[in-house]
Amino acid sequence: MTDLTATPDLTPTPGQTVGPFYGYALPYDHDNELVPPGSARAVQLTGAVYDGAGERVPDAILEIWQPDENGDVPRATGSLRRNGFTFTGFGRAAVDPEGEFSFSTVNPGPTEAGKAPFISVVIFARGLLNRLFTRIYLPEDTEALAADPFLSSLDEADRRRLIATRGADASLHFDIRLQGEEETPFLRFPGHED
Amino acid sequence: MSQHQTSDTDEASEAFDSPTVINEAVKGPDDAAESQATLSAEIADIESQYKQNLAAGQKPEAQPRLDYRPYRSSILRHPTKDPRHTDPETIELFSPAFGHRDIGTLESDLTIQADGEPIGERIRVTGRVLDGDGRPVRNQLVEIWQANSAGRYIHKRDQHPAPIDPNFTGVGRTLTGPNGEYSFTTIKPGPYPWKNHHNAWRPAHIHFSLFGSEFTQRMITQMYFPGDPLFALDPIYQSITDQKARDRLVATYDHNITEHEFLMGYNWDIVLTGANRTWMEEEDDD
Repeated sequence: MTDLTATPDLTPTPGQTVGPFYGYALPYDHDNELVPPGSARAVQLTGAVYDGAGERVPDAILEIWQPDENGDVPRATGSLRRNGFTFTGFGRAAVDPEGEFSFSTVNPGPTEAGKAPFISVVIFARGLLNRLFTRIYLPEDTEALAADPFLSSLDEADRRRLIATRGADASLHFDIRLQGEEETPFLRFPGHED
Repeated sequence: MSQHQTSDTDEASEAFDSPTVINEAVKGPDDAAESQATLSAEIADIESQYKQNLAAGQKPEAQPRLDYRPYRSSILRHPTKDPRHTDPETIELFSPAFGHRDIGTLESDLTIQADGEPIGERIRVTGRVLDGDGRPVRNQLVEIWQANSAGRYIHKRDQHPAPIDPNFTGVGRTLTGPNGEYSFTTIKPGPYPWKNHHNAWRPAHIHFSLFGSEFTQRMITQMYFPGDPLFALDPIYQSITDQKARDRLVATYDHNITEHEFLMGYNWDIVLTGANRTWMEEEDDD
């Protein structure tokens, strides 16, 4: 068995592409329903994934992770077997054959007073050799958005690309562009080396 | 409920459509008419350049290149702008919590999910999930999926003419234990043909999906088996340009895991990127 006393090599294990065949393994029932669709608090989050030629990517899978409406970080288990009542903050959505994704979730609150609320996102796709992280900021709190140190470090176009648009039906829309002029700004956190 | 299968009409599919399709001159970035020799020459050029960079003092690369032309599907799917450096904010310093309600106790044994025994070499793959400081990642979700012993996936887009095993789906889930340990009992997957170029074969691999104690540590990768003759030919494995880094994806045969007259044992430890949250905060995670 594993020798717990050995000094392990602590260089991070490399990532690899999710490949084309995650479809029977990663999706699960109600995976994209952080709250039941149509319930009073439900907000639809939609978008599409595009490649560098502007074509929709039909084999990408996204995950979101977010605080609840009050900005509290969910600690409840049960994302894989939802009971319809517990907000776990995690959702997963494979894009459809048109490259579109949809989540049923809530508007995240600010985790600290005055912070710009956002949904954390990770993207996997066939052809994408390692995961990509980004953030979907809510458009409403313009003061918090303007004061956000990270958003302020970006140029105006990139800043705009990280803010969702709000539909008349209160839905959120956010497209992900893997490459090109309109490329989505992706994030690198400390410890993420090439 | 989300889409459970991806399109079966996507022309850029990596799936092996059929010998007939393979022999046609498919146009586009996944042009299957290209030879292994062409791909191998590209792989060798990149490797040689990397070794020169190393000799010139560049830091070793630990992750795959996102822009790796020999993997043709990456050409239009890699970002061209540098990632934006940022510190994680509160939500990113935590991970979703998974528990025993999320997973059935039998989901870590892929050989007992049907009425009969799957065909192939029974194996156990076991190891630990650690963070970049060597701390065990406890109570976290590990998901795997893989081809069967004949190299065929249970996926409608996989048209590789190898037999489906009615007793093997190739999907498993488990939670890590108190020392970050995980264990799957499964069947050794076969090598798998794909459309990147003519006569392209993936080395046998198991897909692993991992969560850390922080969302920034989320990763998906592939575990390989020692001594696979396809390593040198495979653009996905070779997209990691550094040999030591590639070796981190290869399990070790371990006779202490092997069981008498029952299965062959492999050990594979996984290290996630360094954690940013303090250890004290981690203590109350359970």
